Amino acid sequence: MAQSQAWGDKRFEVMMGRLLRFGVIFAAAWVLAGGIHYLVQFGGATPDYKVFRGEPGGLRHPREIFHEAIQLDARALIQLGLLLLIATPVARVAFSVIGFALEKDWMYVVITLIVLALLVFSLSSS
Amino acid sequence: MSTFEFTILIAVGSLLAGMLGAVTGLGGGVVIVPLLTLAFGVDIRYAIGASLVSVIATSSGAAAAYLKEGFSNMRVGMFLEIATTIGAISGAYLAASTPTRAIAIIFGIVLLYSAYSANRPPKDLPTDKPPDRYATLLKFDGSYPTPGGEESYNVRHVPAGFGLMYVAGVLSGLLGIGSGAVKVLAMDQAMRIPFKVSTTTSNFMIGVTAAASAGIYLHRGYIDPGIAMPVMLGVFAGALIGARILPGAKVRTLRLVFSVVIAALAFEMIFKGVKGSF
Repeated sequence: MAQSQAWGDKRFEVMMGRLLRFGVIFAAAWVLAGGIHYLVQFGGATPDYKVFRGEPGGLRHPREIFHEAIQLDARALIQLGLLLLIATPVARVAFSVIGFALEKDWMYVVITLIVLALLVFSLSSS
Repeated sequence: MSTFEFTILIAVGSLLAGMLGAVTGLGGGVVIVPLLTLAFGVDIRYAIGASLVSVIATSSGAAAAYLKEGFSNMRVGMFLEIATTIGAISGAYLAASTPTRAIAIIFGIVLLYSAYSANRPPKDLPTDKPPDRYATLLKFDGSYPTPGGEESYNVRHVPAGFGLMYVAGVLSGLLGIGSGAVKVLAMDQAMRIPFKVSTTTSNFMIGVTAAASAGIYLHRGYIDPGIAMPVMLGVFAGALIGARILPGAKVRTLRLVFSVVIAALAFEMIFKGVKGSF
């Protein structure tokens, strides 16, 4: 019993590991492309990060980031890539709900849903 | 210095941090904040935002590699994630009302602890004790393959581990680090989970914990694309290279050298924090 369960876990995890790696490589490539666009546009400017001002509204919330990235704004494109990166562990937790449901482990379906709810709360709260 | 030079220098620094972090097991995130604040004069809030993003990249990127050698316990990981995500969210909220100089001092203390704990040899404590009743209820006990066959283990002290994981989450949300050192303390020392299982489980948890505070940091405007871009790409590339050169590396010597660097950075963070120059 213990062994078959361990085997199921392992196989599911290898799949999750691949998903995570794909997500992070895709996000990194996206950020790199946005970064090149950004440097071509702003490479000659003088950076100033000594004083904290906070990002403008367009770079703070998923919907606004998406809206500005469609208009090919370099900073918003990078931000969208970072958002994809933040989404990879969230996706893994979401898929784990399915994994535990397939094992009919309802207690862990609930536990995983709590974690997912906390993540969604953090990403959507302002 | 132009934005181009600034970006390249940060990327190179982050690459080295990621490489050393992967080889020594200390993680690249711990030196990003001191690097950005002390060497580049970046405000600590931007530095924490960028570091948090790089922590997610290394955690997710390493997951596939870890799965080959380690054996994670998804149930333990997911249950403890409740503690770390609540902690991460409280830490991120706490960061807004904590003076930056206090954050710098706390950061220094956590750095010192990380450097100390990384040099303590990993030893598996005896696991043959009867299981904890919470561990049985939560179906934590498991087994993992070893050269000598399947090795089973019992998980102990669940409430203590849960509490420590909350602390790890708060530190992660407040400082933008993975808090790997505290997670290992909770799983190895308190819950007596074998080293091979705890390392892999902790790596999975680090990404989820960091994602929980990253959302709040994003809304607050702490995540700047101009800084987070070179940091994330540098640390991620460095971690991939580091994992590849790991087999041939003189890990013990490197770890000692890296720990000395971390300790020096820690003292400078504490000193500058006390002096009020953050």
